[in-house]
Amino acid sequence: MTTMVEHIACTFCGCVCDDIVVEVEGSRIAGVRGACVVGRGVLDEYDPEVRRPVVAGREVDWEQAVGAAAAILNEADSPLIYGLSSTAIEAQRKAVKLADRLGAIIDTTSSVCHGPTGLAMQAVGEATCTLGEVRDRADLIVFWGCNPAASHPRHFGRFSLTPAGALTPNGRADRTVVVVDVRPTGSSKQADHFLQVNAGADFEVLTALRYLARGEDVEAAAIGGIPVSQLRDLVRTMKACRYGVVFMGMGLTMSRGRHLNVGELFSLVAELNTYTRFSVIPMRGHGNVAGADQVLTWSSGYPFAVSFARGYPQFGPGEFSAVDVLARGEADAALIVASDPVAHLPRAAAEHLEHIPTILLDPTPSLTASIAQVVFPTASYGLDAAGTAYRMDNVPIPLHRLFASGRPTDEEILDRIIEAVT
Amino acid sequence: MGGRLTLITGRTREQAIGMHKGKASKEYRCATELVEMNPDDMTRLRIQDGGLVRLHTVAGEVELIAKAGSLPPGLVFVPMGASANMLVEAETHGTGMPSFKGSEVTVEPA
Ligand code: SF4
Repeated sequence: MTTMVEHIACTFCGCVCDDIVVEVEGSRIAGVRGACVVGRGVLDEYDPEVRRPVVAGREVDWEQAVGAAAAILNEADSPLIYGLSSTAIEAQRKAVKLADRLGAIIDTTSSVCHGPTGLAMQAVGEATCTLGEVRDRADLIVFWGCNPAASHPRHFGRFSLTPAGALTPNGRADRTVVVVDVRPTGSSKQADHFLQVNAGADFEVLTALRYLARGEDVEAAAIGGIPVSQLRDLVRTMKACRYGVVFMGMGLTMSRGRHLNVGELFSLVAELNTYTRFSVIPMRGHGNVAGADQVLTWSSGYPFAVSFARGYPQFGPGEFSAVDVLARGEADAALIVASDPVAHLPRAAAEHLEHIPTILLDPTPSLTASIAQVVFPTASYGLDAAGTAYRMDNVPIPLHRLFASGRPTDEEILDRIIEAVT
Repeated sequence: MGGRLTLITGRTREQAIGMHKGKASKEYRCATELVEMNPDDMTRLRIQDGGLVRLHTVAGEVELIAKAGSLPPGLVFVPMGASANMLVEAETHGTGMPSFKGSEVTVEPA
């Protein structure tokens, strides 16, 4: 017998679309409606088989695996806890508690996505809003260094381009859309205006926009590859709109300038509020990476790269961030939650994980699973576990349990490890 | 001698879809073991569309399939994943963020 379950959330990207309909047959997913091409894979490829934990290549029971993980962590002088962006906030809280207990370093995948955005928030502040306000109010949308057509496929349809909102009843026709990027993309094809910036030149373009917005003149004919006449037009459009929103992505955070690029954008957005209403929303990648920032900030005071080694939290991007700690060979054990650093960190950092005892909590097989000493194949939040994820605009979205699988959650395993470490 | 270009890495739809199938799957490997280039750069460097090329940065070296794409001259794009990460240096300049976009790279036919 199949049951249709409505309002299921997709946890793959920061849109956390909570309008998916899933056809459930026992502990199997028989059909999916509403998810995009990249999100539906989470549901389509869901494997209901309960796998046993693995220690040093051999299957063991859960208690033995908890014991092995605790032994590794007790032995370590400088353990690293990392990942966390694809698990629920309930598990993220336990990870911080474990880091505090161990005197460990804790970092999330934020450090390799919007970490620089966090630094800009601390330095400049962030004028922001929710995606509901974007849909209902915004008549000017700017995408800077991001390509939602590839990374967040339903963003356009649910929030930013086509939906009819309270003050945007005609959907796309009521919005002006601008894309700024180093190359034409699937997103720029859907924009009214595309400004192609030279790679690494975002900072100077943003500075020029701040100058022009203040009414100052810019003498150069082009800045960062963009004719100044186009920048003047953009400033005019920005000042004249009723409600503007910038979505910004890795084009700013990963390029030369990093947090300085983002800070310059945040300053521009704040200054535009002198003339009209303007907000910025970072295009968060993983389903609950925004939650990871929230949990770390409310429990330690800092969004990522936190060390508890001295018995109190210390913030150190470049010092306590995973890439640096691993590349310098400073971590002597690692506990990874719901992430695949072996695939996604630079090789020099990833390979250190092969040389230290690594513990992994993750429902899906990965490159990190293939090198880890201890693997816990835990439940998937939103499928066989309930929890909470924060959407990219920091709105919490409940993740329901579709069926009982018998797999423990990340939260439960972390709790048992906390009890077992000394 | 290959050309000196600028490397950017990032997400693609195909990379995300392939990831669900597993990182050893054909879909994932096809989606991540490629480099998109400007067609004029390819002609200049005698690189064939679909041909094998060697990319080299201070971090390492990797061989990928070249594909003509809508990139400005001088810029090459490799989808995020284990191949791209062979080319990305772990230096974060005190920020925690490596240069996933903006490293200097040389590209030559393999
Ligand atoms: S846009 Fe993101 S959250 Fe929505 S269905 Fe697609 S992958 Fe899932």
